Amino acid sequence: MRLYKKEGNTLQILSFPNDEVEKGDYLLVEDTNVKRKLITQVIDVQFASVPGLLEELLRDSTTEEQIYGENFDPLGVSSHINHIQDARMLICKIRGTMLNDRLHVNSSWLPSRSKSGITKIPFNSLLAQVGCNEGLPINIGETKDDSPLNITAHDLDGRLNIITGKKGTGKSHLSKLLVLGLVDYKATVVVLDLNGEYTGLGLSAKGGGNQYSDRVHVLTPGANFRVSLSKMDLGVMLKILVHALALPGTSTREFKHIWKSLSRQGKFSLQDLGDAIRKSACNMHVRDALFSRYYSLVNSGFFTDNDEEATGFEKLFEKTKKDGGALVINLKDVSSVDRQIVLEYTLGNLVKLLGQWKIKSVFLFAEEAHLYLRETYWEDIVTRMRHFGLFTNFVTNQPDTIKENIYRQADSIFLFNFTNERDLETVSKAARVDAETVKSIAQELPPHHCLLIGNAVKDFPVMVKVRALDIKTMGQTRLFFA
Amino acid sequence: MIGQHNYTTTPTYNFPPQLDYLQLPQTFIELSLNSMKNIESNYLQPNQHPLTPPSTEQIADATPIMKIQHPSTIKMIPLEHNLDEKPVVAVDVSSIKIGETETGILCAIRGAIVWKEKNRYKYQRIGPFPFHITEQNKKEIHKLFRNNNFEIAEEGRTPNIANIQARMGNLLERWLQLGISCSAYGSIILWDGSMTAGMADCPVDDISRLLEIARNRLSTVLAFSKNTTLRFSGHKLTDYAEKAEPPCLLQINGFPLSSGPVLLLGNVYVAKLTPGVCSFRLDIDRKVPRERGIEAVQSLLRSDLLIQSYPETLRLAHIFSTFTATEVIGIQRFIAQQYGLKIVTRPNVRRLLFGPFGKGAEGYQ
Repeated sequence: MRLYKKEGNTLQILSFPNDEVEKGDYLLVEDTNVKRKLITQVIDVQFASVPGLLEELLRDSTTEEQIYGENFDPLGVSSHINHIQDARMLICKIRGTMLNDRLHVNSSWLPSRSKSGITKIPFNSLLAQVGCNEGLPINIGETKDDSPLNITAHDLDGRLNIITGKKGTGKSHLSKLLVLGLVDYKATVVVLDLNGEYTGLGLSAKGGGNQYSDRVHVLTPGANFRVSLSKMDLGVMLKILVHALALPGTSTREFKHIWKSLSRQGKFSLQDLGDAIRKSACNMHVRDALFSRYYSLVNSGFFTDNDEEATGFEKLFEKTKKDGGALVINLKDVSSVDRQIVLEYTLGNLVKLLGQWKIKSVFLFAEEAHLYLRETYWEDIVTRMRHFGLFTNFVTNQPDTIKENIYRQADSIFLFNFTNERDLETVSKAARVDAETVKSIAQELPPHHCLLIGNAVKDFPVMVKVRALDIKTMGQTRLFFA
Repeated sequence: MIGQHNYTTTPTYNFPPQLDYLQLPQTFIELSLNSMKNIESNYLQPNQHPLTPPSTEQIADATPIMKIQHPSTIKMIPLEHNLDEKPVVAVDVSSIKIGETETGILCAIRGAIVWKEKNRYKYQRIGPFPFHITEQNKKEIHKLFRNNNFEIAEEGRTPNIANIQARMGNLLERWLQLGISCSAYGSIILWDGSMTAGMADCPVDDISRLLEIARNRLSTVLAFSKNTTLRFSGHKLTDYAEKAEPPCLLQINGFPLSSGPVLLLGNVYVAKLTPGVCSFRLDIDRKVPRERGIEAVQSLLRSDLLIQSYPETLRLAHIFSTFTATEVIGIQRFIAQQYGLKIVTRPNVRRLLFGPFGKGAEGYQ
């Protein structure tokens, strides 16, 4: 391999097929004279522009149809000619330099074109150099050269991460892997499970329980996840009414009066609330508005007057306090309105408990969050709630549903295959990597392979084949021709 | 019995020509290897203008100018499509300078034979063969080449290093032509160039022998020249075909058969075989009866695809023998790797001295 050109932080390296270099590989450009090394990553492999190649191909193409023959080449010169035809130009991005075996994120140095040697860096040595294996490892899978790739749980702690890729590429699988990886280190994880995919986390692939059985708690609203009004905070209830049920301002004020009145009387059953609205001396329209929301609450099945049936939110977290665990909120078969009621309740209480330092930090995994989280929550979660200890991981196959400012703040991105350029354009707005790398590599990622970008890999993007998990797969699409 | 042909049962389609029959490979490989293994140099300086036209062609067309002042007539011969389809076979050879060493020049030679058979073209490429030509080995190469393969008269002088590449190309071409003459039967044999003989690398005896062998096997040799130096009243010979109705031949009478040592072994025509702007000088073996020669051209009209009056078989032979820039780089790489030479690009003196005004040879690019 020979260094050919440098433009900005892009290097062009001439290579031949026997060099066996592919997209995503790392190359070390070593200038022994100055004892400096440049670490570059191949983001594209193109054919080298060799003079006369077009004539060559045109000549060969005629031979395939009506003209055929053979070459008498006893000296074997043709193999060298073919070698030239197959010459490749590796388009590489400079990721850093090494001076005296210390890594620097500096690409201003230009190595010698004539003296530099270029070699492929094994991923394990690269990852060791950049310090990817320091404590609390979570094994994600294998790199291209079959080296195990670990990120550390610290890389998810206090961070904002995005898992994205088109449908069927393995996003949810990676998400489950991360959830269990965190649970292994006794972390508390809340999963907003839109399709009931995570409900099998505690079951092995063959059926029966697995090592996580007692640490995965599936909460199904209306079934084993119901709440009573008596244990509910007015603030949380107002969030449900305003954001999930779109209660207007005047009606909200009237509801506050009713709630405070009931509070003084110590009456907090659904029946009491209904009676209070009925007896309220408010405008008829306000009463109608309150009644319609009241019936929505009642019909959701999420509320109960039976305190034994009701789930205490704080108690839920006691289950995960000692050994960690995952609270999977199963939103499958829950209507859109009811889903929003549940989530306003969950997130409202979560922030409240975190704000009161009653629980330890929580990792939140939100799949297709745009379907149930209101717009204002995005920035709230990313900026404010992070400081309270709510660390979010978004999982989506529609990258444009996540706002640009969230991409810019993302610490790590787990990028699966995308073919649509618009999707790639959206993801490429992430601040941790250049757009060319995202567009070039992500388009050709095979299923179950992802490109790790950002903090988790210390800004050295790495392609990884996500490892398998011994859990029961849930959430398969129900097929007609099964 | 007089004039009766001896008809044989030789099949009409007796191609492809066997390389064994040509007795080409071993000798040529040895020549190439012998010249290459004695490289006393550490470096290979690539040719700065790798795609300048191959010298073989320049030499082939370097027929001495014979100005025709008084041709008795220029006669147009209209052609008809002959129903008789014949095998067509063409030969072409290219040579190219690959670079220089401390002691000589490196070149490569490649030949191509293309034949048309049942509406399909087949080809055989021979080479490329790299050669290292030095002052020390040039006589040896030339002598060995002649002795083993092509008997050139002793008076043929050993050319200087710069010309030997083209001469060797020409010798290989004659060699392949000999092989085709010996193996083809009842065919149309196409040569690239003319039937002008008497120059150092085109001895009269050898060219005559090639033509004779072809004649005896009922084949007709047609030589197409892309460029001709023959002129009449200051105009190029081919210019006279501009207004002629194709397909036709313009027969040029009154040519002097010889000019000093140079001898024309063919009757000279201008061939305009298809509509278009191109016409070519066509030499047809002088010893073939005139009618049979014209019949051969008419057979060519039926037997081969003609584009701009040029036979496709011959065009393909040229394409398959010509070196592209990629191939030149590949051969340079082969030599450097096989013989441990380091490729060193020397500064271009013209560019150094004259900058953008340093045209010269590179101005042709």
